[in-house]
Amino acid sequence: MADDTTTPRADGGAGGAGGAGGAGERTVTMRLWRGDASGGDFVDYVLPAVEGEVVLDVVHRVQADLAPDLACRWNCKAGKCGSCSTEINGEPRLMCMTRMDTLPPDEVVTVAPMKTFPVLRDLVTDVSYNYEVAKRIPPFNPRPKTDDEVAAGGYRMQQIDVERSQEFRKCIECYLCQDVCHVIRDHEENKTAYAGPRFFARSAELEMHPLDATDRRELLQEEQGLNKCNITKCCTEVCPEHIKITDNAIIPLKERVVDARYDPVAWLGRKILRRTKGTAAEAAATAPAHGPAAVQPEVEVTGTPGPQHR
Amino acid sequence: MPEIESHDVDVVVIGAGGAGLRAAIEAKARGLRVALVCKSLLGKAHTVMAEGGAAAALGNVYPEDNWQVHFRDTMRGGKMLNNWRMAQLHAQEAPDRIRELEEWGALFDRTKDGLILQRDFGGHRYARLAHIGDRTGLELIRTLQQKAVADGVEVFMELKVLRLLHDDSGAVAGLVGYWRPSGSFVSFTTKAVVLATGGVGKSWKYTSNSWESTGDGHAMAVWAGADMIDMEAVQFHPTGMVWPLSVRGILVTEGVRGDGGVLRNAEGRRFMFDYIPPMFAAETADSEEEADKWYADHSAGRRPPELLPRDEVARSINSEVKAGRGSPHGGVFLDIASRRSAEDIRRRLPSMYHQFKELAGVDITVEAMEVGPTCHYIMGGVRVDADTTATTVPGLFAAGEVAGGMHGSNRLGGNSLSDLLVFGRRAGMGAADYVEGRSGSASVDRAAMEEVVRAATAPFERESGENPYDVQHDLQETMQSLVGIIRTGSELEEAMGKLEELEERAANVAVAGGPQYNPGWNLATDLPSMLTVSRCTTQGAIHRTESRGGHTRDDYPAPDAELGKVNFVQRVPAGGARSGGAVGTPSIRSITITPEPLPVMPDELQALFDEEAH
Ligand SMILES: Cc1cc2nc3c(=O)[nH]c(=O)nc-3n(C[C@H](O)[C@H](O)[C@H](O)COP(=O)(O)OP(=O)(O)OC[C@H]3O[C@@H](n4cnc5c(N)ncnc54)[C@H](O)[C@@H]3O)c2cc1C
Ligand code: SF4
Ligand code: SF4
Ligand code: FES
Repeated sequence: MADDTTTPRADGGAGGAGGAGGAGERTVTMRLWRGDASGGDFVDYVLPAVEGEVVLDVVHRVQADLAPDLACRWNCKAGKCGSCSTEINGEPRLMCMTRMDTLPPDEVVTVAPMKTFPVLRDLVTDVSYNYEVAKRIPPFNPRPKTDDEVAAGGYRMQQIDVERSQEFRKCIECYLCQDVCHVIRDHEENKTAYAGPRFFARSAELEMHPLDATDRRELLQEEQGLNKCNITKCCTEVCPEHIKITDNAIIPLKERVVDARYDPVAWLGRKILRRTKGTAAEAAATAPAHGPAAVQPEVEVTGTPGPQHR
Repeated sequence: MPEIESHDVDVVVIGAGGAGLRAAIEAKARGLRVALVCKSLLGKAHTVMAEGGAAAALGNVYPEDNWQVHFRDTMRGGKMLNNWRMAQLHAQEAPDRIRELEEWGALFDRTKDGLILQRDFGGHRYARLAHIGDRTGLELIRTLQQKAVADGVEVFMELKVLRLLHDDSGAVAGLVGYWRPSGSFVSFTTKAVVLATGGVGKSWKYTSNSWESTGDGHAMAVWAGADMIDMEAVQFHPTGMVWPLSVRGILVTEGVRGDGGVLRNAEGRRFMFDYIPPMFAAETADSEEEADKWYADHSAGRRPPELLPRDEVARSINSEVKAGRGSPHGGVFLDIASRRSAEDIRRRLPSMYHQFKELAGVDITVEAMEVGPTCHYIMGGVRVDADTTATTVPGLFAAGEVAGGMHGSNRLGGNSLSDLLVFGRRAGMGAADYVEGRSGSASVDRAAMEEVVRAATAPFERESGENPYDVQHDLQETMQSLVGIIRTGSELEEAMGKLEELEERAANVAVAGGPQYNPGWNLATDLPSMLTVSRCTTQGAIHRTESRGGHTRDDYPAPDAELGKVNFVQRVPAGGARSGGAVGTPSIRSITITPEPLPVMPDELQALFDEEAH
């Protein structure tokens, strides 16, 4: 029943599609991938168009009315949990944040599972690769509190110092960036030695974390395949949280690794430099950090970066 | 009978939201074998959606804040129905739990002195909410998730637990569930179980909750013979989005009203002036001119009626819609566009601006929003001992939204995230103490296990039967229209009748396809929980013949001082589900309800309220 007399409109903008009003019921055709690890194919489902829906709503209506066993993941329906990642008309996107009226009107909407991960069923993929990579990232390792901090009851960090890592902590782990990255999308064999953009961002977050005291550079280069990324920026383009993965995480990591490879003194220098830049008031606030109590923990970790990770 | 994979551990934590993660970390730190089980992928639990912050009297912004003030705010917010000891522990321990997150890598927004910044919220006397922009829940869950993984907690994700199993003594000693991806069955024998399964909102049509909030933990506790309290206490947030479909129920923060937004009906009238209850008349403005002065200078006029307590506002919206003065899609208008400059709105409410722009195609700097009450949170839940989180069933512990008592009849914003941390940790400790004090290994009856599996797979066997989505739909309609924000005796009785019909229909659903990642089947296995919880809420609502906090009775509009001294306790009588590992279908129709006195607050805490009276 896919008689789509496609009359492409010049505008793909809001307000175009939707609305069951006017003469005759408007319909939408959803072309959904159905199948499992052993294979499958696209199946078309035709439903009445309903104003204001997102792709996930239409998929839910397919479940309720036409195919109760259609598999898809979702949780929050508000772009906050990163569960509903799929490829919509070929683009890696969240189903809950893709409004039907932003897609070309009167054209079939194709929804496929993420290509980089093995299919479990229908739109659901096995994303366990990502959880495995996460386990191999050396955990957060804070320096001890200074005397002042013990008295104040908590660490002192300036807003300006936490902001860089906060950008990466916006990540909702949708894995769309992992899906789009050609290093693993086109080369299954790379998965064993490649962390991928999501986890480069995680390492950058820890590297730039004002409290973390672990040197992660050798691991990034030797085991996580940082050098395999050739900065195509595809990951940044698909990130629903608009995290600048390439510019703010990957490139600075590459610089750190290449510039001062295995040079603990340069690494330490950068950490201290970062911690003391800013306004005069902040400089004053962090001044005690130069005292013996605070420098000590940072010196401790500069020894041999390697063994700590294993 | 399908094969049942089996595991043997010391503690199973069911739920990987804030409460479950925190419990697992604590039990793991005690050197126990801990399994953390959740229905979704790790990191996706409902906690991830929380925005505003976590309440803790850190005193970073107002040094005069302390646990006593937080305690008092919490009790008053809950209309004194709270378990005082839980409220006390919560207020005392929340600051340490927040600081601990920082030691595990969380990056809260900072004060000028470099400490954790705190923001104002309704019902809290001082700025008290530690936050990270408007994504505090994400920070909380990610920090705990990373810590749990680093500590080696074993995670079983996309595994739905169906039932708890008992040993011969009546203690909880195991459970059965299935892997959602494969549909294959799994059992655990365990010395203790921590329930951290979150809320129940999915039984209502309009809710801010995700598909996971089907009340599985509440229901499993009932079936296991545990006591439940205050199940009628459900919070409806007055402003959820109502249109378009895609966003129905999603929260619109109270901040919109705090920043000058007003509610209007279809005639454009600021109707809240028509609904000022006598109790608040003295402190509420009675003209638009007076109300509008308040925003800039709180001493220039009295508070606008749009900022009355949540239950008052939700009730008023309801009345306007019923009177035929609602918006086209059954809500009212929340208008900030005509009141603040576009620049101001974008600066102060960035996430709301973004939410309406991306999801509704509405520019809130130009147009009014359509809003209506949405089912948000359940204050009632499993009755627990405040210090250990032990339920009334040996071996069973509960923390987070599934546990009752902490929030009384109404929860303050921000008190849930801190509740998860404080009582999640205590649940881990309570379970660990119990396991260490227990001798022998856990054992459950194989036949009981098989019975659960048989019941779960029955929908595949039926040749014909109803679509589970239709039953869910009718349940949501029933709860929304009859056990919603405003309740009345006759409608509640009608709801009880409908629930009985739905129970029969749910027992006869049929599902298509196989067991692998089959949402239709998954829903069929959620229906018994949703129906059990709905029954508890409805029964509780029938018995609480007063209006208090989140529970509003049209036919009993005032609070009743005598009922303010009791919890309504529900349970399946012993000898039912509980004895000797028997399972079967526990008859939820045998649930009893009795008023039992609240725990008595010690004098020194009572004095905090007496002082205030003078
Ligand atoms: C939009 C929104 C905003 C909010 N904002 C705030 C805020 O700013 N501050 C605040 O304090 N509170 C807020 N809340 C409330 C708060 O987020 C929740 O009450 C809290 O997150 C509940 O946490 P939890 O750990 O109890 O359960 P959840 O986070 O709901 O997790 C439940 C877990 O149990 C698992 N589970 C359930 N059933 C089963 C089963 N049968 N088998 C296996 N696993 C199961 C689920 O998979 C999940 O992992 C907000 C709520 C909403 C909806
Ligand atoms: S920039 Fe690097 S990480 Fe990102 S998609 Fe391209 S190759 Fe992959
Ligand atoms: S970095 Fe962006 S695209 Fe990648 S997982 Fe996180 S939110 Fe998704
Ligand atoms: S459902 Fe949470 S991001 Fe789409």
